[in-house]
Amino acid sequence: MRPFTYERASDPQAAVKAAAETPGAKFIAGGTNLLDLMKLEIERPAHLIDVGRLPLAGIEDAPDGGLRIGAMASNSKVAADRRVRERYPVLAQAIVSGASGQLRNKASTGGNLLQRTRCPYFYDTTKPCNKREPGAGCAALEGLNREAAILGTSFACIAVHPSDMAVAMVALDAEVETLAPSGQARRFPLMELHRLPGETPHIETHLTPGELITAVVLPPPPEGGQLYRKARDRASYATALSSVAVAGGRIALGGVAHKPWRAVNAEAALAQGASPQEAMQAELADAVSAGENEFKITLTARLGAATIEQAGGRR
Amino acid sequence: MKTTITVNGEARTLDLDPRTTLLDALREHLRLTGTKKGCDHGQCGACTVLVNGVRINSCLSLAVMHDGDEVTTVEGLGTPERLHPLQQAFLTEDAFQCGYCTPGQLCSAVGMLSELEAGLPSHVTPDVAARPEPSDEEIRERMSGNICRCSAYPQIVAAIRRAREVMA
Repeated sequence: MRPFTYERASDPQAAVKAAAETPGAKFIAGGTNLLDLMKLEIERPAHLIDVGRLPLAGIEDAPDGGLRIGAMASNSKVAADRRVRERYPVLAQAIVSGASGQLRNKASTGGNLLQRTRCPYFYDTTKPCNKREPGAGCAALEGLNREAAILGTSFACIAVHPSDMAVAMVALDAEVETLAPSGQARRFPLMELHRLPGETPHIETHLTPGELITAVVLPPPPEGGQLYRKARDRASYATALSSVAVAGGRIALGGVAHKPWRAVNAEAALAQGASPQEAMQAELADAVSAGENEFKITLTARLGAATIEQAGGRR
Repeated sequence: MKTTITVNGEARTLDLDPRTTLLDALREHLRLTGTKKGCDHGQCGACTVLVNGVRINSCLSLAVMHDGDEVTTVEGLGTPERLHPLQQAFLTEDAFQCGYCTPGQLCSAVGMLSELEAGLPSHVTPDVAARPEPSDEEIRERMSGNICRCSAYPQIVAAIRRAREVMA
């Protein structure tokens, strides 16, 4: 690990101010992804601002009947929350399908959203990766790309976003709240947090430098069934090859793109009376295989249709 | 950086390079080598300890992030004369071969049983809003962050089931 300096932020304003004023600074909350990458020297922050003890771990009822989840709430805490389990079961299901018990106990809500891809070439520092080293090239294009994206890819990057939690939150139409170093707070749809790779896969979100995620806000639960299903290589403790979150008429896909993928075409097709199979075909019409991941197109079509059908019979 | 961590009931103050993980602080600075370094990347669970009663991977946490925290390692669970029910159950059920993953399995199982007791759902809980059953399937799923290269998994599940009954 490269040397760095460390400070514990006293309040959110101090944290964002320090982030803006200190070159090479990064926030650390749970640290489960960042420290892994720092050991591999893929992440090399010069300064860490520990935001883990900021008073942003609460889960509160929102005035409109929704739920406001503090960015420092651990994944376990969110999945264990009675309101989440009863009103947003798709979110509890998605969270407990990810990582391990130990990791979920430490990983924060904000950190989960900002975790980096598990693309093997992002981790292998002997191979080119545009995300790790802009302009270096992408070894996954011609390499072992079984886990790679099928939607929204570019010639620069075919990596996928690994979160399960974020997929359910996108299906729930969640918003994120942030605080910028200027002191300005803003709130915008979670769907607009992550970027597609384009020519700049190293820029993964629309956050501005030093901007801190302070909360995720869920609107009131939608009418209709909710369900999260995930296909993976092992029965437990593995990232998704493909995953599907259904919340009423809204659908999001995981493991298939550089961001949690809101399936707007499938939603529109369903609203017009299409079958779940037809809806998934509509969503995957532009899906592209990189070679070894061609099976993901069929897998996602079937998993999506099955999840939509099953969710219909649930609360 | 000066950091004070209460380890197995005793406050310990260390002056650490910020890069020191909680795992290395325990093993290299406090000489508590019961906690094991397996993969050092959060994949194997050998480094599992309890922080304020909650199980975490000590390899993926900086010691300086734990100033003021209470840490329990395998050395704090029981003594050779007075074993923790889980330690006794691991012996009774022959739940290890080489033993390298065992301290992590034990700390993880302690944390896992509290989570189960508190009603936290898991991936195999049929209805996440309902109280989970303490089935073998639940134990297996909840222990999936602890790898055993000797594949003592059936005995580990049996030991945890036995200890849970003793502790109840």
